[in-house]
Formats: sequence, C-alpha cells, structure tokens
Amino acid sequence: MMSQQILKGKTFKFGDDISTDHIIPGKYAQLRSDLPELAKHAMEDADPDFVQKVRPGDFIVAGKNFGLGSSREHAPLVIKMSGVSAILAKSVARIFFRNAINQGLPVIICDTDKINNGDEIEIDLPRGMIIDLTSSANLTCSKIPQVMLDILAKGGLITYINTYGDFKL
Amino acid sequence: MGKTLSEQILGEKSGTNARAGDIVIAPVDLAFVQDTTGPLTVRQFKEGKRSSLANPQRSAIFLDHAVPSPNRNLSNDHRFLRSFAKESGCLLFEGGSGVCHQLVAELFANPGDVIVGADSHTVTAGALGAFATGMGSSDIAIALALGKTWFRVPETIKITVRGKFQKRVLAKDLILYLIGKIGADGATYKALEFDGDTVVKMTISQRLTIANMTVEAGAKIGIFPSDNTTREFLKSQGRGAKYKALYPDKDASYEQTIAINAAELEPMVAMPHTVDNVTTASKLAGTKIDQVFIGTCTNGRLEDLAIAATILKGKKCNPDIRLIVAPASRQVLTDAIKAGYIQTLIDAGATLVPPGCAACLGLHQGVLADNEVCLSTANRNFRGRMGNPDAFIYLASPATAAVSAITGEITDPRKAI
Ligand code: SF4
Repeated sequence: MMSQQILKGKTFKFGDDISTDHIIPGKYAQLRSDLPELAKHAMEDADPDFVQKVRPGDFIVAGKNFGLGSSREHAPLVIKMSGVSAILAKSVARIFFRNAINQGLPVIICDTDKINNGDEIEIDLPRGMIIDLTSSANLTCSKIPQVMLDILAKGGLITYINTYGDFKL
Repeated sequence: MGKTLSEQILGEKSGTNARAGDIVIAPVDLAFVQDTTGPLTVRQFKEGKRSSLANPQRSAIFLDHAVPSPNRNLSNDHRFLRSFAKESGCLLFEGGSGVCHQLVAELFANPGDVIVGADSHTVTAGALGAFATGMGSSDIAIALALGKTWFRVPETIKITVRGKFQKRVLAKDLILYLIGKIGADGATYKALEFDGDTVVKMTISQRLTIANMTVEAGAKIGIFPSDNTTREFLKSQGRGAKYKALYPDKDASYEQTIAINAAELEPMVAMPHTVDNVTTASKLAGTKIDQVFIGTCTNGRLEDLAIAATILKGKKCNPDIRLIVAPASRQVLTDAIKAGYIQTLIDAGATLVPPGCAACLGLHQGVLADNEVCLSTANRNFRGRMGNPDAFIYLASPATAAVSAITGEITDPRKAI
C-alpha cells in the first residue's frame, strides 16, 4: 500500500509531552494481541472521548515530544487504527517516530502553534506543505531521512524489506 | 578530528567513517523483546519473507513484564512467545529470571556491542560501553530477520561529573537532577556520554541506574567509557575475555558539555506526572504516601537492596504504607538472600514479589487505588503508569524510598533515621 500523497481532515489538538501511556496505557497490555479491542482505547488518558470523535483522515496535532516513553509500537498502531492519517507535532520522541513510520503513519514536524483545534487542514506530503484551510496559514515541515521516506512510501518497514530484501541506502 | 563513543562503535560495526548525522547499517550483537512487545514483534516477523532468524543465539525473548501471568490474555501471549522460541531456536528467559535489562547486563552486554531491544530502557546496557537502544516491534522483527538495522549516528552531549556524593545521595539523584535540568526532550535523538572522576569511581550498578534513565531525557543512548570497573564486572560474570577498553577520543566533537558537581547534589524526587518535574526530597517533606516500591531495571539491583536493608534494619515500615520489593533478577534475589537483605526487608514489613517488572507498569502486583500516592524507585511516573490515571507517582532513590517507608511520608534520607 502506498501512503496517500494528499491528506485532508480535521485536527485534534493536544499539548506537550503526550506519552505512550496517554496514547495506550500499559494496563491494557493484556489486549495487545487483540488489536480491534485495544484500538478502542486510543488516546484514552489524554482525551477519553477521542475514539468516538475522530473521523477517518483526521489529524493529531501536538506540541513537543509527542510519544515519549515506551517502545510499544501499539501506540502509533492504535492511532492509525482510529483513522488518523498523520501526526503533526513540534517534536516527536525518537522511538515513536521510527515506530509510526514503520507502521506507514506519516509524522510531520512543524510549528503546530499555528494550527488550532478543529481546523480543517490539507497536507501535501511529497512537497512537505501544510495548508490550514480554516486560517489560510501555510506551513512547511522539516525534512526526515530518506530511508524513512522510502519506508513510508512502501506503507511500512515490513513491506519495504519484503520489496527490497534489505535496507537500501 | 576524533570520535565520540557512538562514532567509534557505529563506525567499526558499519565499516564506515561514521560521523554524527550519518545514516549507517550495522550488524547487531543482540536483538531482544519482552512479553508486552514480543507478540507484535513475532507477528511482524511472520509478515516478513524470511522465515528464520539471522542469529538465533543472539536473539532473546524475556518474560518479565507480567510474570507470573495475571490473566488469560497475557498467559496466551506468553505461550505464543514460548512456542516461537521453540520453533525459531532463539533464547527464552522464563518468568522469574528477571527484568530484561538486568539480564542483558548480567549475561550479554560487552563494550563496543550494538544491542537493540523492543523496550525503551534498552539504553541501560550503555553502562557497559555498549551502543544499546530501544526500538519498536517492526524494527526488532527486521533486526531478528536480517541481523542488522539502520541507525542515524547521534550527536553527543558530554556529561562531566566531578566531586564526591554526600552520604545517601546516589546515582539516581544525579540522573534525576540531570533530567530535571535538561528536560524530558533535552537529549532527543542524542547520545549522552558520561565522564569525570565521579563516574570513574562509580560501580556498574550505579552506571546502570544512570544509563537506564537517559531515555527519560529522550536520549538514543547513554554510554560510559569501558574501564577497569567494567573489566572487573565482566570477569565476575564470566565474560572477562569480552573486555576491551573504550574511551572517546580526546578531540572528539561534542554538541555541548554539561558539568555537574556531585558534592552539591541533594536527594532528588520526580513529581507527578513527568520525569523532568524534579525537586529535592527536602522540599517535599511531609507528602503522605500509600505505597513504596523498590525494584525495576533502574534500582532493583543488589546494591539498591543493600541500601534499603541497611536503612530498614531493625525498623518497621509505617503501618499506613505498603512496601513492595522486587529484585531485578534471580541472581540479585539469590545474592540478596545470601547477604541477609531479604530477611531484613521482610522483617521490616516488606512484601517480596518475584524478579521482574512487578508494579512498574500497572499490570499487576501493586496497582494503585484512586488518589493514592506511590514513591517508587522506577524510572517513569507518567499518568496511568501504575495502572490508575487517578493516582500519583513520585520517583526517588532506594535510600529516599526506604527512609520514607519508615516515616510514611516523603523524607530526605540524609535525616538520621
Ligand atoms: S522494570 Fe519497568 S521500566 Fe524496566 S523494563 Fe520493566 S516495565 Fe520497563
């Protein structure tokens, strides 16, 4: 699956330091082999109603250090399963960053102060452009390593390796 | 221009002139999972085209996060991992063996190794001079299949520690202080390299505590030079032959250097709900607690239990608190029994739970009630971490934890008790 090139949706805004325990609390470890059930709790400790409100294509917009904490790849996975098409943040914790890309979930680093909760935004992934349709603001996102773009283009790490048989640098 | 420890290790392993910012492919000396990240790793592995592990004897599964299993779902996950270990030939560490990071330190990590684990505290092995970092399940699945992975060579922040700690000020206080100073994202994507005369004098146990928590500042690795102390530790674990000296080059380039005077440090505490929300234990004096937890990959080692036992010897825990003690490994438990620490702690009123993660992540063995307060020697105090988003977790050293278990409130351990 190629990741979509132009994304459009509504934003759900969060603050700084949203940890993997906010995204999917450790206490749900017993559900980790039951992904549909686990996904019902996405973002629960940050916004208990998130899963009810979010629609396919919407975005999570966060402050700094999104996804800090555990290495659980279930965190980007449940976010993706909730319908979110990309995460925008001022900065993203290292392991979460790799995990999201490995799951084919785009992560965009930009100045999220310019985006409000509930704004309609459009993202042009190949050009790295974000247009806030509500406020008419234009934002640019910072570059990520080519290897991550290649993994994203293949929809995730496993398909990337299945396609090329190895890392291609 | 000289090289940092990260540049040296990744350069040698990748066969390139690795410099900060480069992307390299490096073979891994150990790839591992634990019981909460393992099932997804195995499923991702099975989605891949390779059906066998690149190095079964350098691939490990640790059952440590929820053992013995508290419910049927986790029991099924454990069974799934056991059967994958059988079919793939990888190493399996059963429940009761200990926390993965402690076992990696006891059994595997050597200076100059590259270690990847599906657990964020994989950085712990940096105490022994390994380039060790946490990754998610897909990355580990591919590392298991190919025996290698890609890395961005990190920029390095040097932490120079000089001076002598005051009595009952410990490595935990130093790392809490540092995280409070640079923040939970102060070292994101970076390596933290430690040196200075205080570091040279530190035991491996203290170095493990510090390396373990570098990820709480966002670091990719936290690494110590490999010196005589490292050599003695490896010898004591039967791996003397694996020793090699490892020091950064004198003219290596650092993004910044932070100097810390150990003599000025006080016992520190991280307050709810972030690890960088740090203050001194004395400022929190009088804060009532309901539970004290001594254990984890941060502070569940023999030295930590020794400190707690020394403080609690002949004393009783405050009747309004529960003290839970979880040795980090079977070796720690055995040694602590031999040294008499376990008896001392039990006599003081502690509940001993098996080697493993125990109360650390809220799955079992110490879930908090609403509005309860826990003082823990673990590394994380995020909201919901111990199984209840309406509870409060404070993080401190084993000395602060033990003294506070006696008083029933957060107490500066330098106070004579
Ligand atoms: S003891 Fe806690 S921090 Fe360490 S590996 Fe276990 S759950 Fe993670």
